[in-house]
Amino acid sequence: MKPKIVIALAGNPNSGKTTIFNKLTGARQHVGNYPGVTVERKEGYCRYGDMEMQIVDLPGTYSLTAYSTEELVARNFLIDEKPDVVVDIIDASNLERNLYLAVQLMELGVPLVLAFNMSDQARAQGHEFDIEKLSSYFGASIVQTVGHKGTGMKELLEAIVAAAKDGASEMNRNDENPSGALLSKATIHSPFRKRPVMDYGREIEEEIARLESLIKLKVTGKDKDNLRWLALKLLENDKAVRARFDTPEINDQIEKSAARIEKMLGEYPETAIAGRRYGFISGACREAARSTVELRHTISDRIDAVVTNRFVGIPIFMGLMYLVFQLTFTLGDPPMGWIENGFGWLGSQIASWWPKGSKGALKSLLVDGIIGGVGGVIVFLPNILLLFLAIAILEDSGYMARAAFIMDRVMHKIGLHGKSFIPMLIGFGCSVPAIMATRTLENRRDRLVTMLVTPLMSCGARLPIYALIIPAFFPQVWHAPMLWLIYVIGIALAVLSAKLLRSTILKGESVPFVMELPPYRMPTLKSVLIHMWERGWLYLKKAGTIILCISILLWAMTSYPKKTVFDVDYEADAAKSEGTYLSKVTRLNGLLGLPEGAPLLVQALRAELVMAAEQDKYYEHEAGYSDAKKKMDDEILGLTQAPDGGKLSDFLKMRDDVQKTRAAFEESISQDEVEKESSAYSNLSGIRDAALESLRRAAPGTYNAVIHYLDDIEAPFKDEKTRIEQAKQAEEMAYSVAGRIGLALEPFLRPMGFDWKIGTALVGAFAAKEVFVAQMGIVYSVGKADEKSEALREQLRSHYSPLVAFCIMLFCLVSAPCMATISVTKRESNSWKWALFQLGGLTALAYVLTVMVFQAGNLLGIGV
Amino acid sequence: MPLAMVKAGQRVHLVAVDAGRGLQARLADMGLVPGVEIEVVSNALHGPFIVAVKGCRMVLGHGITQKIMVA
Repeated sequence: MKPKIVIALAGNPNSGKTTIFNKLTGARQHVGNYPGVTVERKEGYCRYGDMEMQIVDLPGTYSLTAYSTEELVARNFLIDEKPDVVVDIIDASNLERNLYLAVQLMELGVPLVLAFNMSDQARAQGHEFDIEKLSSYFGASIVQTVGHKGTGMKELLEAIVAAAKDGASEMNRNDENPSGALLSKATIHSPFRKRPVMDYGREIEEEIARLESLIKLKVTGKDKDNLRWLALKLLENDKAVRARFDTPEINDQIEKSAARIEKMLGEYPETAIAGRRYGFISGACREAARSTVELRHTISDRIDAVVTNRFVGIPIFMGLMYLVFQLTFTLGDPPMGWIENGFGWLGSQIASWWPKGSKGALKSLLVDGIIGGVGGVIVFLPNILLLFLAIAILEDSGYMARAAFIMDRVMHKIGLHGKSFIPMLIGFGCSVPAIMATRTLENRRDRLVTMLVTPLMSCGARLPIYALIIPAFFPQVWHAPMLWLIYVIGIALAVLSAKLLRSTILKGESVPFVMELPPYRMPTLKSVLIHMWERGWLYLKKAGTIILCISILLWAMTSYPKKTVFDVDYEADAAKSEGTYLSKVTRLNGLLGLPEGAPLLVQALRAELVMAAEQDKYYEHEAGYSDAKKKMDDEILGLTQAPDGGKLSDFLKMRDDVQKTRAAFEESISQDEVEKESSAYSNLSGIRDAALESLRRAAPGTYNAVIHYLDDIEAPFKDEKTRIEQAKQAEEMAYSVAGRIGLALEPFLRPMGFDWKIGTALVGAFAAKEVFVAQMGIVYSVGKADEKSEALREQLRSHYSPLVAFCIMLFCLVSAPCMATISVTKRESNSWKWALFQLGGLTALAYVLTVMVFQAGNLLGIGV
Repeated sequence: MPLAMVKAGQRVHLVAVDAGRGLQARLADMGLVPGVEIEVVSNALHGPFIVAVKGCRMVLGHGITQKIMVA
């Protein structure tokens, strides 16, 4: 068996730990959670020589106390899982602060390797180290590295292997029953270095000794080697360790010791101990490190002087945010189109497994339910990835900390501090990662408030709703302001609710705001991409799990129960409308110079209808499709050879020409997205009119008959046909479960101006906001609808007033966040209570607000 | 005097932190221990401060700057 060792990477935030982790493990990593807590656990594998290493990236911490979950997780890992080697990644240009964690690791007695990272920067800034001396002070080998360049990785791995062997041979001496494959490999590389012991000064050392002798009798096994550390932790009033020695005798001694130290040193023991540790580090650095110039922050400071400036700081921040959103949406647009087309293609491929026109349940489930539902969500992946990319760049460059600083003053007013701003910002992309980002907040109350209000930041999934509705109801000049207004309403509501929560159920002093401002750094491509991917993956997982289930459920709810007996005889209606159409066609005979009552034209057009009906049953590549066409062609050919047949073929020819001319115009308009009233538009319409005019001049009689036929006979017939189909689908929808829910909700929705159709779509929106658009498409039977569907906009315009449209957007903005958000809130807050509170609270808020807006608008006659 | 009163560009030494045990220890972990030199990089009335401690830049909320006693 090959030896396998476990390596833990520890280090301060911003020490470049993740970069080294990525360099060591490459793509061989995976992200999970530590059991029971929501701290990410990143693991990876690495081979060096014949050594297989499992590398665990511990959360970035400043210390190993137990103030935050991250620190506790890091510490528990070190104590419980006993990694073979701990590598402390140290920002060499910021030595004193970073060595604080190293001292604590040294005290913990783990086999330690120190990586002086960013050593190139440190050197450039005039720092010089006496590595040998420092190494002896900390009882650990020191390797100089440059994470993003990969410098020193080989040396680091060698030091790790050596430390592992040292650790193993030490274990060999101490442990009578050594186990593990390591020992067979381990040769005694060097005599195990005696770990240096920090001297805390007489006052503290005396108390440590007292506690040590007291707990000596209580500990067993591995703890015996850690007596001093345990005593120190007790003195530091460490909750986790105190809980393990919770006896009156020990508690009493701790109180006494603390009181004595306070009396003699005038400080709490933990402050005094921290002071001594920093003292030790300062001493070591005085001896073994030299800084020729104090340069480190000059560039950073100069940038900060501008970006954190009281007056221009906020405008710069707003400008950057604007840039981020602008880029997200412009760059995201083309790949969104590709994904959309991809799913469209997939849907049609799967649909072709069944004969055309088949109404099989499985086909409908696969195509309309699963592909439609999941595809509708994955379409946003480019936007989400780009947004996360931008956020990762801002984070890695160090700007995010500045953003928190800038926003602190504003956030302070609502009882939160600057750090809460970052999750809320991510909320504009998607609430799920935003709520996960609240992990950086140490205080539970701050965290809960941020979590609860984050869904009010209008997420990317709500954008399609606005994108559908705004152009349908409001003139062009209003589009941007309207969208802006919606976002601002969300922000304002978030601010107000946060303030309200902070002064009612989540009252309490806000936690003091302390945060390191890392120096600006050039983000590395790899780490930015890894960040982006990790978050994007969460979104994809949401699409693959929750949204998949909900899509199926919603599909079932909108498809079942099936109506078999309809209130209206739609077939009779269709037959009647066909009859009217053909009788109108007969009247064209006069215009064409055909004898009254001549059957030629009617027969030809009827043949066309027969072919269309026949072709509905087949795909284009199937034989039945071309057979139908051939049959019609034969019939029409026969008709044109009859007496007066020339007139029929003239008519058909002219109809073709007119249709082609019109279609060419429409195509170039839609292809280049030519706006009405633009000069290009009038150019194109001029060309079309000229072409039609020349057709008219060639044969005025036939031309007039064709125009009359197309505009006054065929168009109304087609409209009527669509109307009948839609009426039938609407009846089916009303009969389905979703329709019934919508109908049942209608009395409650009325005060907001909503009907049962909107209610049905809102049920879908709860699954995922973006489903609203597709669902409206289904209730209005305009086929597959997306946010660009003109047909759906037409329907909405004819059914609702602009006021109702605004109310829809308002309600969608504020109301219950999607199921994924609720479930992530549950997970992150660790209780259903807050998740349900979020659900209920936001829905109630949305209801009250929308009713108020609708009623007020109605009364004042705005937008009705 | 409290750190809140120190002007930008001045260097002072930390005397004590007038706060609960938890906050004291947390600040101590970040290097804010008695005797340490603090340079105020930027200060804002009623807003957060940026200070330099042991070569790092830190943001301290307005509330804390009133609790850190310096000389």
